Amino acid sequence: MELKTLTIIVVVLSFVLYIGIAIWSKARSTGDFYVAGKGVNPIANGMATAADWMSAASFISMAGIIAFAGYDASVYLMGWTGGYVLLALLLAPYLRKFGKFTVPQFIGDRYYSRTARIVAVVCLIIISFTYVAGQMRGVGIVFSRFLEVEILTGLIIGMGIVFFYAVLGGMKGITYTQVAQYCVLIFAYMVPAIFISLQATGNPIPQLAFGSEMSGEGMYLLTKLDDVVQSLGFTTYTDGSKSTIDMFFITAALMVGTAGLPHVIVRFFTVPKVADARKSAFWALLFISILYTTAPAVGALGRMNLIETIQPGEVGTPTGNLQYSEKPDWFATWEKTGLLTFEDKNGDGRIQYYNDKNEAFQANAASYGWQGNELKVDRDIMVLANPEIAQLPNWVIALIAAGGIAAALSTAAGLLLVISAAISHDLVKGVFAPHISEKKELMVGRIAAAFAILVAGYMGYNPPGFVAQVVALAFGLAASSLFPAILMGIFSKKANKTGAIAGMVVGIVFTLAYIYYFKGMHPELNNAEHWWFGISPEGIGTLGMILNFSVAFVVSKATAPPPAEIQALVESIRVPKATT
Amino acid sequence: MSSNSNHDAYWKANLKLMGVLLAIWFFVSYVCGILLVEQLNQIQFAGFKLGFWMAQQGSLYVFLVLIWVYVRGMNKLDKKFDVEE
Repeated sequence: MELKTLTIIVVVLSFVLYIGIAIWSKARSTGDFYVAGKGVNPIANGMATAADWMSAASFISMAGIIAFAGYDASVYLMGWTGGYVLLALLLAPYLRKFGKFTVPQFIGDRYYSRTARIVAVVCLIIISFTYVAGQMRGVGIVFSRFLEVEILTGLIIGMGIVFFYAVLGGMKGITYTQVAQYCVLIFAYMVPAIFISLQATGNPIPQLAFGSEMSGEGMYLLTKLDDVVQSLGFTTYTDGSKSTIDMFFITAALMVGTAGLPHVIVRFFTVPKVADARKSAFWALLFISILYTTAPAVGALGRMNLIETIQPGEVGTPTGNLQYSEKPDWFATWEKTGLLTFEDKNGDGRIQYYNDKNEAFQANAASYGWQGNELKVDRDIMVLANPEIAQLPNWVIALIAAGGIAAALSTAAGLLLVISAAISHDLVKGVFAPHISEKKELMVGRIAAAFAILVAGYMGYNPPGFVAQVVALAFGLAASSLFPAILMGIFSKKANKTGAIAGMVVGIVFTLAYIYYFKGMHPELNNAEHWWFGISPEGIGTLGMILNFSVAFVVSKATAPPPAEIQALVESIRVPKATT
Repeated sequence: MSSNSNHDAYWKANLKLMGVLLAIWFFVSYVCGILLVEQLNQIQFAGFKLGFWMAQQGSLYVFLVLIWVYVRGMNKLDKKFDVEE
């Protein structure tokens, strides 16, 4: 069967599955809509959290980022998993014990302040919209690449599907579709990974193949990769080029940000008991780690495959490079999409791929007769082209499309739900119309979800240049605003309303301003020379978090301590057993 | 207020377990994976440099173990102090 037809069939089948689940799990109460009636099995919740968490970026782009950044990309691997340790130990069990519906609600109750709740809603909306715009874009891109439709058409189909199950099913619908989406995406990710591992090293387990010898060469994959990339003027694969302080701050911002993302936190509100919240964090990290420990292997193998294809002979010899007319089929396929581009700068009919930005290497390159890097490779190709490089059948390629769409849809749905809950539960029910009936609140929630989808869709189609770049920065915003307020709310009885509000405002304003200065206003100054203490905008959330904590601490000291009933509330959330 | 002193003891035991686990969390990622990565890279095992492996694989496995130990430990504490839900 033709690939396109097959892809359409697989993708449509996956949609039928999601819609079926949504109809089966329709939300009937606000409890269903916000927290799936608190009846989700901890393992199912772990899977749903993993799907919620792993976005199009994790699925499509991460292995490619690792392939080209090598050791530097470790910040994402540690950052996006280490945050779950913080969630499990510091936040999830206590927030579950608190037992309400939303993150701003916790902040509002704990800091006995409507203002605090509204500030939290504003932070949540800034964080979630930055994040969701990238997801909707991802949906559009996956559609357009695999099904050859316009990005706008892809976006509308994606919005339609999310609209259906998020608006109808609420958290309950989202949870069970996410479970299905996790299964689709992990299967789609692992099948090609296992095959390319087997082909390259004879070991089918990617995590082990990563440290194995290349088949028939008696040389370790990573040792060889280090040698080869160095001989082409790139940074050694297993060494980094980022400064230690920047690595440290970015990792911290990603970890803390992960723990502070509202759409991840609320997943732990959906399980029946405190002990289940802890258990669920374990399952979530297990399901996430399956992909996250495979990605570095896929990255290294992908980079190796690419270089061996382009540079089959010795570096610098006249016939060492691949002749363009002899390129493999997958090369031609991906050239059509624009993800691979070749320009024969020195007119020798062969492809040279090397680091022409490395000044020390320029003399070598010139002596080889090379006149610049001739191959541009989009990082996404490392995952997208894998099945073809490994010569796997068409159904595997179709699966990758379904997997990428599943990853993007599941994350988008989770984000849209927390946005709608913040509007209907925190703003409408909490502030403007406290006496609204449950039925009406549910209706408002659905309208808010529909509205959020439209805004997200618009932002995905027409992303402000700034937002497109800052998806990864949503973590810094979460780290500098919500995380400290929640953490102090649990671990300090002394943290008070004024302190928390001041901390959140200072944290998010500082982080936003720093990011906007370097990414929006002066992109030309965005380098280590101009950064404060050598910390990039990606890592500045950590400093924002420290500021938030310090401001909250000092202001809380200087103002009246929280009332006795709030201190009792803090005591009660620390203990699983209900105290009456 | 006997339940309060019981709760305080439970909370202290929780903080202690948490402190130990977070210290390990910090050590495997920030110390082994970032601060001492060059020194650890001198050690080779199988096809990996140790520091690089800690940053891209090892710390992830340790994180999983940490949460597992916490889940088990807290379930025990919940029973011991009779604060199960």
